Amino acid sequence: MSVAMKNLKTFPGGLHPPDNKQWSADKPIEDCPMPDELVIPLAQHIGAPAEACVEAGELVKKGQLVGTAKGFVSVPIHASTSGEVVAVEPRPHPMGKALPAVVIKPDGEDAWLPGLQGGDPASLSPVELRDRIRDAGIVGMGGATFPAHVKLSPPEDKPIDTLILNGVECEPYLTADHRLMLERPEAILGGIAILQKILGVKRTCIGIEANKPDAIEQLTAATSDLPIEVVPLQVKYPQGAEKQLILAITGREVPSGGLPMDVGVVVQNVGTCTAIDDAVRRGLPLVERIATITGPGVVEPKNLRIRVGTSLQYLVDQCGGLKGEPAKIIMGGPMMGMAQLSLDVPATRGTSGLLLFTSENVPVRPEGPCLRCGRCVRACPARILPTTIAAYARLDLTDEAEAYHAMDCIECGCCTYSCPAALPLVQAIRGAKGAILAKRRKG
Amino acid sequence: MSSQLYLSSSPHVYAGDRTEQIMRGVIYALLPACGVAVYFFGLPALVTLALATFGCVGFEAACQKAMKQPVTVKDGSAALTGILLALNLPPNAPWWLTLLGAFVAIVISKQIYGGLGYNPFNPALVARVVLLISFPVQMTRWTAPAPLFSGIDAVSTATPLGQAKESVMLTGSLPSSMQGGMGDFLLGNMAGCLGEVSALALLLGGAYLLVRRIITWHIPVAYLGSTVVLAGIFWLVDGSRYPDPLFHLLTGGLMLGALFMATDMVTSPITGRGQIVYGIGCGILTVLIRLFGGYPEGVSFAILLMNAATPLIDRYTQPTKFGYVETKA
Repeated sequence: MSVAMKNLKTFPGGLHPPDNKQWSADKPIEDCPMPDELVIPLAQHIGAPAEACVEAGELVKKGQLVGTAKGFVSVPIHASTSGEVVAVEPRPHPMGKALPAVVIKPDGEDAWLPGLQGGDPASLSPVELRDRIRDAGIVGMGGATFPAHVKLSPPEDKPIDTLILNGVECEPYLTADHRLMLERPEAILGGIAILQKILGVKRTCIGIEANKPDAIEQLTAATSDLPIEVVPLQVKYPQGAEKQLILAITGREVPSGGLPMDVGVVVQNVGTCTAIDDAVRRGLPLVERIATITGPGVVEPKNLRIRVGTSLQYLVDQCGGLKGEPAKIIMGGPMMGMAQLSLDVPATRGTSGLLLFTSENVPVRPEGPCLRCGRCVRACPARILPTTIAAYARLDLTDEAEAYHAMDCIECGCCTYSCPAALPLVQAIRGAKGAILAKRRKG
Repeated sequence: MSSQLYLSSSPHVYAGDRTEQIMRGVIYALLPACGVAVYFFGLPALVTLALATFGCVGFEAACQKAMKQPVTVKDGSAALTGILLALNLPPNAPWWLTLLGAFVAIVISKQIYGGLGYNPFNPALVARVVLLISFPVQMTRWTAPAPLFSGIDAVSTATPLGQAKESVMLTGSLPSSMQGGMGDFLLGNMAGCLGEVSALALLLGGAYLLVRRIITWHIPVAYLGSTVVLAGIFWLVDGSRYPDPLFHLLTGGLMLGALFMATDMVTSPITGRGQIVYGIGCGILTVLIRLFGGYPEGVSFAILLMNAATPLIDRYTQPTKFGYVETKA
């Protein structure tokens, strides 16, 4: 195996946070046991939340519809095991407030809904394939949770010629996609074949950071006879950000304010790919996913196959419990994940990881004045001036922040990470983006 | 469950380098030059270094106390300004001159603007120029190096740049023989400000700054490069009147300026492109002042003038944002 580190493709900007993947990278995926209760939020994706179609007291099977999609940019929600619906009510949600959820008490059978049927992708039309993906509730599983069928429905004036599979996993600590590429390459290839058929693309690439040589080797071997390129990429955060990935692989820049389809590209995460394969070939809705439970605050970091709706507390219990006092609970990775109020929230379709920090990992960092050292500018993959925009944002100068292209910020956090003065730069820019959007809606 | 759970928006991890570590890093990088200064100029150099450093720290603390601001001398920026100021003073600067410089640097050109990060001009250079204009006699009373323990008494002499300037003004050509050779210039065995003497010690410190990634190559390379090119052109045109580029590089305050003064983050452009423009501006102004100005040395004025241009440079050298580059789909 030799992944030459030089001449690897990448994007300008970015940085190299310690990846800390060693804690879980060699741990094979384990099935997470059945919790006593599953809290399945109806809002697990970007777009309109689903609407509950079951009531308390109803018995459901695994894979049964419990929430229907509301509109095009929305997906249906399914029961992630068989059992009794004990409540349909607002419950604490990873977004920070209580949101409607279907609460299921498992019956222990874990019985699939009878009649879920797979199909042969070769005999299904692109439209039928896309409908199956939509009906299975598949969303982008890298964490963004954008409904997959929407990306697969480009308008006619946006021809798609390239499909990119995102196996970069540039967030430190997370190894879920890495394990998936090692353990389920056939499902990834199956998903790719379905996506290729739907989109009719000329070129298909799997982008993987060079710190996963085993995955690169395995997928390269598995795709030797297929029209699929495995592209090793430089190890650099945020290499897995959609626009940065497209630039690295195709040399195309998604225009400001545009979408990948504007440059003829569709990007899907490798986890989404396996979910698509399961949905089409096996007829299974999206009710489980792989998540990395890790960090200095858990006893034994693991990669778990988890049911949607499992509480974070239960996931931690499966990893030997907490190690020391937790000081920060992060759903997702350390660069873009969301800090949680408690472990009493459910994992969702977008939960790629659960990261626990103890007080040593949460340093007290008093803010200082900007030194104009330029580190945020050099690190910014959007090539904007984070410190300048943040300064305007702090003064509520929304128009100036917009003129300096605040809306082009991808919120990767490189600026805040690199700031020696501990300024909350990306946080201030997020604030400015909210203010700009509010102003646009009014205007 | 823990009683203390932190809730903040991402990112949740941070790079190690903090402001005080950057300041400390620059101070470490200046230690070789300080050592050479003390070696060649003895006790007076040490006194000047100590006075300037403690003076700056003291003025910063006093000023912040008087303005009811938190005292931030622990960030090391005032100590760094003090060391840079000392390195910009002649070896036998009287004590009151040094302290006055510290006052001008910290109070007038830093704290009045709002403290660290808000000063438009390099504080140590403002102090140097104020002193140079106000006390030209004391600020240009140079002594020849008298290495420690050598038993040599300090004697008055001119700096190499001063000799060159005087000779050109009086006779229209460079002096036929200069005191000292390139080897002396490299090591620092010549007259000048404390920190102007040893190019080698300064280069060592500059290399440390680059390796530690405290500075990037843009400003030093653009500054030194443009100086060499422009000085080289004049030298090629008339070598009897204009000194060669190596002489320009190794004498006066150029090395100190290009590596430590012009690279001051607060007062220089924020992007690499801007830093190149700024560095070239510094180089051109330095050569023009040295060759055609009233003063033999132009580094301080060049950098301060380019400090003034920094906001403008920043405005016109913004990076091309992602998504504004035409690529073919």
